[in-house]
Amino acid sequence: MSDAPVIELRGIVTRFGSNLVHDGIDLSVARGEVVALVGGSGSGKTTLLRHMIGLTRPARGEVSLFGEPLFSGSLREQRARRRRFGVLFQHGALFSALNVAENIGFPLRELHVVTPKEIRDLVALKLAMVELEPSTALLMPAELSGGMVKRVALARALALEPELLLLDEPTAGLDPDRSAAFVELVRSLQAQLELTVVLVTHDIDTLAALSSKVAILAERRILSYASQEKTMELDHPFVASFFRGEFGRRAIARSRGKT
Amino acid sequence: MRAPTASCGLSAGSGARPECRLEGDWTLRALAPRADEFRRLLARAGQGASWKLDGVTRLDSFGATLLWHAWREQWPEDLSADDELRAVIGRIAATAAEPLPEARAFTLTDAIVVLGAALLGFANHLAGFVRLAGQLCLDIAYLLRHPGDWPLREISANFYKVGAKATPVAALVGFLIGVVLSYLSALQLRAFGADIYIVNILGLGIVRELGPVLVSVLVAGRSGSAMTAQLGVMRVTEELDALSAMGISRTVRLVLPKVVALTVAMPLLVLWTSAVALFGGMVSAWVQLDLGFGFFLDTLPRVVPVANLYIGLAKGAVFGLSIALVACHFGLRVRPNTESLSTNTTASVVSAITVVILIDAVFAIATRSIGVPG
Ligand SMILES: Nc1ncnc2c1ncn2[C@@H]1O[C@H](COP(=O)(O)OP(=O)(O)O)[C@@H](O)[C@H]1O
Ligand SMILES: [Mg+2]
Repeated sequence: MSDAPVIELRGIVTRFGSNLVHDGIDLSVARGEVVALVGGSGSGKTTLLRHMIGLTRPARGEVSLFGEPLFSGSLREQRARRRRFGVLFQHGALFSALNVAENIGFPLRELHVVTPKEIRDLVALKLAMVELEPSTALLMPAELSGGMVKRVALARALALEPELLLLDEPTAGLDPDRSAAFVELVRSLQAQLELTVVLVTHDIDTLAALSSKVAILAERRILSYASQEKTMELDHPFVASFFRGEFGRRAIARSRGKT
Repeated sequence: MRAPTASCGLSAGSGARPECRLEGDWTLRALAPRADEFRRLLARAGQGASWKLDGVTRLDSFGATLLWHAWREQWPEDLSADDELRAVIGRIAATAAEPLPEARAFTLTDAIVVLGAALLGFANHLAGFVRLAGQLCLDIAYLLRHPGDWPLREISANFYKVGAKATPVAALVGFLIGVVLSYLSALQLRAFGADIYIVNILGLGIVRELGPVLVSVLVAGRSGSAMTAQLGVMRVTEELDALSAMGISRTVRLVLPKVVALTVAMPLLVLWTSAVALFGGMVSAWVQLDLGFGFFLDTLPRVVPVANLYIGLAKGAVFGLSIALVACHFGLRVRPNTESLSTNTTASVVSAITVVILIDAVFAIATRSIGVPG
């Protein structure tokens, strides 16, 4: 079981009306990898992520999670499969009518397996994991700052002890300090919980610090899928402007200096 | 995934201490189907047992919580586990030691406070409502001095939405009510041989009373709720703040067009609905009592003074004004969460209908000597 890829995309084609977004995308993510999905704005990264979690279905092609087609099996099996991954949506998508603790405890409560006392301790643990004060537990989502929203959303994504974590633009909208701290947090959690992570980003700092592999989405397909070093050497206009621009070079130098 | 197992019992020769041996994956996913069973088993063994966790292949925080609670939040004296497992359990131990702040429980004093808050909340609503109405008056005064600033496009768009698009459903409801009313009255009137009084009953009832109230209930449910929800979602998505930041008055841009459009559209809707309802009544009277259309139309202006029509239209305008004001008032009170949105939308529709009926009663008293024959 553990040698099957966690995510496998085969021949994904997506179109919105006449707008062809993906034209034959193949991607396979092995257990324990941290894969960054990069590409220009509007290149279809979010859409691809939504295919992976089954929110939308591609026009053609197949999505497999944990070695099984995403929509195979009974309703029970499909639901169980959904509980094996956690998602951090681009804007957090916290339930605005629930406070922080209820948001994090919500998926656990829905399982009908965990007792209230256990939920309380688990919520406290997840809050501590994402480095939030216990006093934030009673705040409502509208009272949180952007960085806190991301942390709470991450805690909620971790509530069901997922094996796979999908992050959509985890650092967009955070200032550089917060963003670096958040990246550090994801990295330590990834190591601690042995997660497989797929993150969508166009923040090169995030990418340089986190990912073990980089998938470049451009011209409607996966242009390259290789380690960071290999990707850097690629000869393509997108790669050139993305990584070898002034800004990109500096970011990568910074992350090299740190590690 | 290896299924979790636990065997607890007195092992041979180890004295009085029972031994618990855990194996397999102690993760949420693996434990979920049999969580209760494990919870009981572990609790029975308790913290005093001798715990052998060497066979555990994976332990996540749920598994750790299960153990920690079974141990009554203390490390057992006799525990054999590697450092990694101890670290996982240690994390839950550390956070369980300082629990999260609890939302305060609900007590009797809270009940009294809630009651008082409801009363004060009513005063608060009243004040907010008056403030909104006052702001609108100021806006209108300003717009009268600067005629170029009237939000004409918004008014026209709202007029189309609340007026023109409501005509089919208003007609349907009006026609059916007219038919039903006429049918029920005809049954009674025939018993007294007072057939022709059907025109009086229908004319007075529909034009003066039923038409305006019927349309108001319809519009409150249809347009009032939409207005509240729209303003509410604009609050949730911070569009209201964006408008304020651009220095655009939300009352001029959002509230005024709705209020003006509904105040103008409602009398027209009342006229339309009353006409269709009368037509429905006419059809029913013709079928039931064999009363011709010509006779009906001839008699109507004679037995129903035209003042009733004016009263009906005036009611329509006032009802429209109140529904729009109430809807906008509640829309602007929405706080940025979905629960508040739903509460305020409900409150908006209920209050609008209540206010309409109250104003209708006031109208009935104020116009009691106008337009009624005899
Ligand atoms: N629901 C939708 N309907 C129509 N077009 C869409 C929809 N969602 C995304 N698109 C289009 O698909 C393309 C990719 O969008 P998206 O995946 O959000 O890009 P990004 O890489 O910036 O996350 C864009 O051109 C967008 O306009
Ligand atoms: Mg996106």
